[in-house]
Amino acid sequence: MARKARTARKSVARKGAAGKAAPRKRMAATATAAAKASNGHDTLREVEQLLYRQAECLDGKRWQDFIELFASDGTYWMPAAPEQTTGEGVPSIFWEDRDLMTVRLKRLTHPRAWSQRTAWGTNHVIGNVTIEREDARSGDLVVRSRFHMMEFRNDTTRHFAGSYVHHLKRTRDGHRIRLQRVDMVNAQGPYEYVLQAWV
Amino acid sequence: MAVDIGLDVVRAVEPDRVHRSVYSDPGIFELEMERIFNKVWTYVGHESQVPNVGDYWTVQIGRQPMVMVRHADRSVHVLYNRCPHRGAMLYGDRCGNVGKGIICSYHSWQFDTDGSCKAIPLDKGYQGTRLTPGDDNTNIKAAARVGSYRGFVFASLSADGPSLVDWLGPAKVAFDDMCDRAPEGEVEVVPTCFRVIQQSNWKIFLENQLDSLHPAVTHESTGRAAGEVEEEISRKGGHAPLSYHFLSAFATPITKWDAFQTLGYPRGHCILTGYMGLRPRDPDTLAYEKVMEKAYGKQRMEEILGVNIHHVLLYPGLSVQSPLQQLRAVRPLGVDRTLTEIWHFRLKGAPEAIYRRALGYYNLVNSPSTMVNADDLWNFWKCHKGLESEGGDWVSFHRNAGQDHETKEVTTSVIGTSEQPMRNQFKAWTQYMNGAH
Ligand code: FES
Ligand SMILES: [Fe+2]
Repeated sequence: MARKARTARKSVARKGAAGKAAPRKRMAATATAAAKASNGHDTLREVEQLLYRQAECLDGKRWQDFIELFASDGTYWMPAAPEQTTGEGVPSIFWEDRDLMTVRLKRLTHPRAWSQRTAWGTNHVIGNVTIEREDARSGDLVVRSRFHMMEFRNDTTRHFAGSYVHHLKRTRDGHRIRLQRVDMVNAQGPYEYVLQAWV
Repeated sequence: MAVDIGLDVVRAVEPDRVHRSVYSDPGIFELEMERIFNKVWTYVGHESQVPNVGDYWTVQIGRQPMVMVRHADRSVHVLYNRCPHRGAMLYGDRCGNVGKGIICSYHSWQFDTDGSCKAIPLDKGYQGTRLTPGDDNTNIKAAARVGSYRGFVFASLSADGPSLVDWLGPAKVAFDDMCDRAPEGEVEVVPTCFRVIQQSNWKIFLENQLDSLHPAVTHESTGRAAGEVEEEISRKGGHAPLSYHFLSAFATPITKWDAFQTLGYPRGHCILTGYMGLRPRDPDTLAYEKVMEKAYGKQRMEEILGVNIHHVLLYPGLSVQSPLQQLRAVRPLGVDRTLTEIWHFRLKGAPEAIYRRALGYYNLVNSPSTMVNADDLWNFWKCHKGLESEGGDWVSFHRNAGQDHETKEVTTSVIGTSEQPMRNQFKAWTQYMNGAH
């Protein structure tokens, strides 16, 4: 188990390196100027790559890799209502630390998770990435982005879209997610079926 | 040869099996709307959803769009969400406050929060017509009857039938158990409603609620997953929150569910007894018991906390999990589509930790990211598809049939996994479909 986790972490790091080398279009150069100046490298590009990697983990169903992107005290949160400011003590659609994420992983991969028997897949597209805050001393970041996710399950297509806010913490192996807030524009509607994995 | 019963609801139900058409025939579904949902008491909402004068929540009873609204004298009214002029719905949103009164967005007829018409613009236009301002047919039509039990509001579209309390019968324990667990004797709503639609007939949901034969099978994956992480946490010297136990209990081996018991009451209401360790000896529970003892005295507190209920089913539209203060209201949308509205309540006067403990269950089991209902809903869809097929005519409820202990007021199953609750529900179904109230 521990060994598997280490391998997963390594593979995430490797993909990060490959991602950085990918050709990039001109994007929000001025917005990142400050970040660049303060720490000598392109923070925006780095966090974009992290968000894309996270999306790839979900679409590739690499659940352990997804969990590894979170700090050891990290939380994945989808509020029940947009006006909520914390998941503490209020209903949430997701409010999961890494232990609960591990429960979800183990369920999803259990041979008798019956509803996993039908073919399903997702496609995430992430955009509008902006750095909202950067702590010059610690390197911690607050990053806002938009996502569009299409899911195909059991011969039915569903769409989920909304915003992410990632609170990132700088660690020795790059940024880790301390808190990811997911606000779906269609979160309050009735759900045709449910959400089995993170969005 | 396939048995075709048409709309013959008498032939459809036998004591130990029912014909598949009761789940799949759109004609029978229409009869159910008329003979069951237009008659019974339907759960509308909790009084605390509309705390202020003019607050409203829209809700569906059977096929009817309704609105629950708080009137100036603090009474709660349940009205048809329909303008008496040309029939527009008065509210297209889910909830809010009517402000100065109910105003129709089409031609501005105005109403008070009890449905009475206050003003019709340019009412000269009605002079000499058959419509007289002030007539009852200028008022918003109200539900035939409205009742409230310990803050839970019900309405019936039929003027005849038993009172709410008589209709609830012994199953009113759902609300007594929930409210008594509050040191102040009442609960208030947590203002979030999760809504989940299942692609199946409404009865499949109700039958599943007290089906203790299924958790060990359907929810094995989640039960085991939670159990493993729970163990891992304690191996590392930590203490997993009770939420893990709520989930891991689903993997309780199938043989153990027999130790529980189901009770069937008149009108299809049922109870599944037994619960999964809701009274641990942790500091949170002990602090709660202190507050409870202060409010009720030791003996009464023991009685209250000793109530042994898992689920109460109020047939045909409500499933209550009183020890966790949660309920699911069932709104049939069509023969093969059913909406559930899922609510959580706070025990007034109880410590925050007790609310949070139940909240863990609400988030993990009852939210749209549920790790439990995901597999139930999958089964419901598969059941419905199977029952649309001609692969067989009958649905079997033979398990422990003929072994139930029956008195006039209660039918008790011999074992927890008996199909007695389903038989009890169909007994009521038959009575309603044959014209009973
Ligand atoms: S339909 Fe409501 S005022 Fe005309
Ligand atoms: Fe279940």
